[in-house]
Amino acid sequence: MPANKFNGFSEFGIGIGLRAPHYNHILTRKPVVDWFEIISENYMIDGGRPLQILDRILEQYKVVQHGVSMYFGSAEKLNREHLRRLKALVKRTKTPWLTDHLCWGSVDGRYTHDLLPMPYTFEAARIAAQKIREVRDFLEVPIAVENVSSYAEFHASEMTEWEFLTEVVERADCGILLDVNNIYVSSQNHNFDPRQYVENIPAERVAQIHIAGHSKYRKYILDTHDHPVIDPVWRLYARAIERAGHTATLLEWDDRIPSFDEVHDEALKANKFLASASLAAAV
Amino acid sequence: MKLAALQRRMARAVMTPLTPSEHMRAVASNGRSMRKVAAEFIKPNDRLTSFERLEIYNRQYWWRVLASLGEDFPGLCAVLGEQRFDAMSKAYLTDCPSRSFTLRNLGSRVEMWLRKHPKWAGVRQALALDMVRLEWADIEAFDGKQEPPLAADDLRGASPTKLRLGLQPYITLLELRYPVDHLLLEVKKGGDKDFASNAFREQHKKKRVAAVARLKPGNIWLAVHRADNSVYFRRLEREEFLMLRALRDGKPLGQAIEAAFRQSRIPAAEQPAKIEQWFQHAAAMGWFCRPDRPAQKTAPNTSKS
Repeated sequence: MPANKFNGFSEFGIGIGLRAPHYNHILTRKPVVDWFEIISENYMIDGGRPLQILDRILEQYKVVQHGVSMYFGSAEKLNREHLRRLKALVKRTKTPWLTDHLCWGSVDGRYTHDLLPMPYTFEAARIAAQKIREVRDFLEVPIAVENVSSYAEFHASEMTEWEFLTEVVERADCGILLDVNNIYVSSQNHNFDPRQYVENIPAERVAQIHIAGHSKYRKYILDTHDHPVIDPVWRLYARAIERAGHTATLLEWDDRIPSFDEVHDEALKANKFLASASLAAAV
Repeated sequence: MKLAALQRRMARAVMTPLTPSEHMRAVASNGRSMRKVAAEFIKPNDRLTSFERLEIYNRQYWWRVLASLGEDFPGLCAVLGEQRFDAMSKAYLTDCPSRSFTLRNLGSRVEMWLRKHPKWAGVRQALALDMVRLEWADIEAFDGKQEPPLAADDLRGASPTKLRLGLQPYITLLELRYPVDHLLLEVKKGGDKDFASNAFREQHKKKRVAAVARLKPGNIWLAVHRADNSVYFRRLEREEFLMLRALRDGKPLGQAIEAAFRQSRIPAAEQPAKIEQWFQHAAAMGWFCRPDRPAQKTAPNTSKS
């Protein structure tokens, strides 16, 4: 299950997000890291320093692309310029699989640059699945979609979020990038049991897992990626890998970014849970 | 409600400007109560109303795009002052929301928009436009395309009357009425908001205000370019600028040189040495490439503004 068709039959361990404040440390100290996740849009450019850094990283590390603006759930058509640039980057990185969010963010060609939540309807599932298939066919790389954190629910919804995610990935026959922090954030914002979410997704489709920290406010939680992972999220992670197996895992830390070592050490805490999962599988 | 209709309705609400106290507006652009609009498609929960849940997205949208524009145009912010820049940014983003998948292009229409709305810069319009052009050129130079530079062999035996040279796409040539290059460097120095203390930021702000106030008009000619993946502002002689601009516009070498010296004060005897010096520099920097690129463009001249 860890190596499956949704992650290009790869066996990746624990990675961290490649972020500009760590460039120098990585290039000069060459730390041992299983893999880096890059934000695709940061490198969908024509030239300059970001691409030069990326090329140097690619010489030494495995890299997986993660996007933030494909908007599979948007009712409007895919942006062909976006796809063309993304394909060029896929050729450059040779990413074994590619991820983006199950969300929307643009209307009539206007971009919010946000990961806006989906109404959980069959119409939305059909549209998202169709776009995922189109993207996969164009890019010729396996796709996994990520569940987003949300702060609003719609009257129009016809099912739970995990039922919607399942509906989409089965219609599209694609993978899941399971973000257990996002599940926790949404569960607190919408009063559901996060464990029920993890228990009900098709575990055989999990290509990758995200872990992260968040910020708690009086009436809601924001997915800020600026703190260590909290224990309830680690517990969800443990259950997710019990179900999905030893899965490629990535820590996201995007704001108030600490030193490389601090971020990497936080990510490596996942080893404890991965070891248990491997042991359980062996028994 | 159909997906497209729901998304259009939510996007309209999310992209509506916030109130001065950074809350969602009580009244939608069509005059309807925003509370009613939100309640029609968003569920409340035991802690937040539909309005409050939608407001989270409304605020996040504006904080994100305003922060992005502020990062890209610190020089314009210094010229206008923080309050006016903030107000201008909101007006610009309302008129020109992002039409690109990347925030990198968010400020691509600021120059055009500011020309149409001179009230934001007032008496500093020419200075503000110069700064915007420089800051956009900075963005273009940072990640613009690099074509294979021309080698000496590519030029051997070519006739000056026919030889055409392209300029690297990442280079922007600017003719400016104010020496904004030095001002922008001053503004960027110590502009790291993440690590600077409040006292340091306040001191830096005072320096910026003083630098803008003492800036006097003075024509400069610039090449905003990239070397070793860092962006540089290189001052050019007027004739050098005219020659490079003519080459970029597709003129053959002979005509480009002629255009450069048409009204020049450089004595004829000194001109060959100048040309040699400019070409040596441009060739060493890899500025020349094949001219058969579609993106041969020169930034418009501020003197027309």
